[in-house]
Amino acid sequence: MNSDEAKIPGLWHGLRAIVRRDLLLAWKRPGDVLNPLFFFAMVSALFPLAVGPSAEQLAISGPGVLWVAALLAALLSLNSLFLSDYEDGSLDQIILSPQPLPLLALGKSVSHWLVSGLPLVVVSPLVAMTFRMPVETVGVLMVTLVFGTISLSLLGSIGAALTVGLNRGNALLSLLILPLAMPVLIFGARTVSLAVADDAVAAGIYFLAAYCMLAVTFAPFAAAAALKISNE
Amino acid sequence: MSLLRGERCLFEGLNFALSAGELLLVQGANGSGKTCLLRSIAGLTGLETGYISWQGVPTERDRQSFSAEVVWMAHRVGFKGDLTLIENLRFETGLRSATLAGIDKVLERLGISRLVDLPLRYLSAGQQRRVALARMLISDARLWLMDEPFTNLDAAGQSLVVDLISEHLAKGGACVIAAHKELEISVPVQRIQLQ
Repeated sequence: MNSDEAKIPGLWHGLRAIVRRDLLLAWKRPGDVLNPLFFFAMVSALFPLAVGPSAEQLAISGPGVLWVAALLAALLSLNSLFLSDYEDGSLDQIILSPQPLPLLALGKSVSHWLVSGLPLVVVSPLVAMTFRMPVETVGVLMVTLVFGTISLSLLGSIGAALTVGLNRGNALLSLLILPLAMPVLIFGARTVSLAVADDAVAAGIYFLAAYCMLAVTFAPFAAAAALKISNE
Repeated sequence: MSLLRGERCLFEGLNFALSAGELLLVQGANGSGKTCLLRSIAGLTGLETGYISWQGVPTERDRQSFSAEVVWMAHRVGFKGDLTLIENLRFETGLRSATLAGIDKVLERLGISRLVDLPLRYLSAGQQRRVALARMLISDARLWLMDEPFTNLDAAGQSLVVDLISEHLAKGGACVIAAHKELEISVPVQRIQLQ
């Protein structure tokens, strides 16, 4: 035997393996996937009932409420991102694999977004209806939510990686993530508000897209470094 | 192939080298740092002082080619309880150099071939250990790091582990084992006794 024989599977192969595994796990435990989605739908559906049915009022508060609900739903599901891997020892195996750890952290974020962010984007038009948002603005809402939830999944992976070894790291995770998530919330909600007021929205969407790209570029590396520290 | 080290916290002035076909047995009482030593060799825990070299290159400098040659078996098996045996092992093939080509024979040998369709959490602790052995057998890694490989295994399973280790060493592999029981094996054994 010599070292040339050991063939490490390609990067794409590694990314696909971890995404496929996490999607399979989510498929076998649909409760974990539906929980944040249910939370999002409940908060957004209850709010109009509490505030009152005045269309004017709903149109003003709608974008803000939707975005806060989306942010909290994402935080709710982020805590468990690395937790089960840490508890059953899979994290050791993942860190010890010859695949680059940032790639595997990216894979975890991708599958997290696919099972928590994407369904949220898909149901958002329905929820927007309860706020009597104009049909033309639903497109803007979905686009901002796409960029926003991707950013949250990636930023959240840093926080989840930092708190994975701690007992009850949930509160700490929120505390760590919220400052980073603030720009997403502010620009997301504001852009949808502008759309409702029939104003220009391009600047907000560009900002969210840029923030999302920044998260894609840096978050996996930060998460990988944090994972190594937490798992020592 | 050489592994060098010197560490402070649980042990200091420790220094050893391991060549192809050799077995290193780390012994010591509970809490003496056996697992800690193994985790440091694997690179999961950092060393206070000293370093580990693989084929003359410090592993810090070339983490990837070292990781490609190591397979790790710890107390926690590192598999998903919701996935079946095959689904778990297929994930392994994405992570490291491993193949499912001869999987039937491997599972036959380990006595777990009739459990392939069950989610892993339905398996007993001993059966899960056998699945962890399957991970080592399907990979090409030359260095086996095993933390208490005999836990939860029955007598037949324990002698199977010894057989598998001897075969691996005969093929030119190397093995580091942390255990408190004595190992009956017909190959040169280096020992480290931790206090």
